[in-house]
Amino acid sequence: MATKENTPNAALLDYVLGVADDSLVLGQRVSEWLGHAPAMELDIACSNLALDLIGQAQLYYEYAAELDGQGKDADDLAYHRDAHEFRNHLLVEQTNGDFGKTVMRHYLFTLFSKMRAEGLAKSSDEKVAAIALKSVRELEYHLRFSSDWLRRLALGTDEGNRRVKEGLEDLWAFTFEMFKDVEAEESLYEAGVVPRPSSLKDAWNEQVAALLEEIAVAPSARKAAPTKGRVAGHHTEHLGHLLAELQFLQRAYPGLSW
Amino acid sequence: MGEGMDVAPEFGTEDHVWHVLEGVPDPEVPALSVVDLGVIRNVEMTGDSTVKLGVTPTYSGCPATSLITAAIELALKDAGYQPETETVLSPPWTSDWMSEEGRRKLKEYGIAPPSPCGTRGAEMAIACPQCGSTKTKLVSEFGSTACKALFKCEDCLEPFEYFKCI
Repeated sequence: MATKENTPNAALLDYVLGVADDSLVLGQRVSEWLGHAPAMELDIACSNLALDLIGQAQLYYEYAAELDGQGKDADDLAYHRDAHEFRNHLLVEQTNGDFGKTVMRHYLFTLFSKMRAEGLAKSSDEKVAAIALKSVRELEYHLRFSSDWLRRLALGTDEGNRRVKEGLEDLWAFTFEMFKDVEAEESLYEAGVVPRPSSLKDAWNEQVAALLEEIAVAPSARKAAPTKGRVAGHHTEHLGHLLAELQFLQRAYPGLSW
Repeated sequence: MGEGMDVAPEFGTEDHVWHVLEGVPDPEVPALSVVDLGVIRNVEMTGDSTVKLGVTPTYSGCPATSLITAAIELALKDAGYQPETETVLSPPWTSDWMSEEGRRKLKEYGIAPPSPCGTRGAEMAIACPQCGSTKTKLVSEFGSTACKALFKCEDCLEPFEYFKCI
């Protein structure tokens, strides 16, 4: 796996893997709703959200495998790494909870990942820029879907409002990690290869605050902020369980294909 | 394309390759050919029967992508070519690349064709493909495939799918 050499390529590999892991883990989470979503249309919507995310993950993994240069493919990276090697943000691995929490997680993360993708679309690395530009348009729909559902739930009934608020409280502590700059990535920020995470923070906070106000949900006062998922692979207990299900087949029958 | 309906182009020309591709249907919306869909980015003859093609996926996760590539290769091999396909990600596919012919076929098939992408994000009046009314309502941003949304016509009451602009 990624060696910790202090070369721009190693830093880029780690970064690209992280973006891929974010997409894969969130895609797997959303896909857990298949057959269980509150309505048929939502079941279908969740499968489409998952498809977009897993498709984006695949493109990033393919590029990571290329950067890695050790003859691995996207499947090796997705199925044959352990939880401590995953570089996703802690927010995406949090459990689905009820539908209110799921759409809150999707909104909070997609707002960030769309901003990140817009930055990556201008990357000096052509391949990263191409994948990111493609994903921006897809993420626009994710953002519309999740913010529309937050409105419907939180402005619909008291119970909907309460559940959306509980989702926010469960998740808020994990949002700080997304805006934390990483020392090993300084060269990438400087060279305009990837956007500096802290540079996205104000715009993100502003938009979240505006939406919360619109849907009459009080902001969270939580400050505790675990931030070592992406940078050091210190994940919450949930990731291991998610990977156990996601990776089972390839672990039991390595290399199995359709 | 669109001309020379009576005379098939000669084998070994790019025109002929396009002609063959026009006969390859999209696996999920068979009313459209892969050419109508706008996923073929370039065709280049590299020898008498060897041809290089750039194919772009519609959505990153579209499960039909590999099927489309396989169908393209099969059709070209059947026509006597040795195709070499390459995935092109940039510039990303947009529904604006769907041909006029494609839009007409899509509507006949019962799917509302995509609006121009400048309107993306704005609430737009999507015409019902059955009765033509623009009194329609979005039911869900996502339909039976990633590229479609679900709508309902409030005049004829038919549900229908709308091919999203992206």
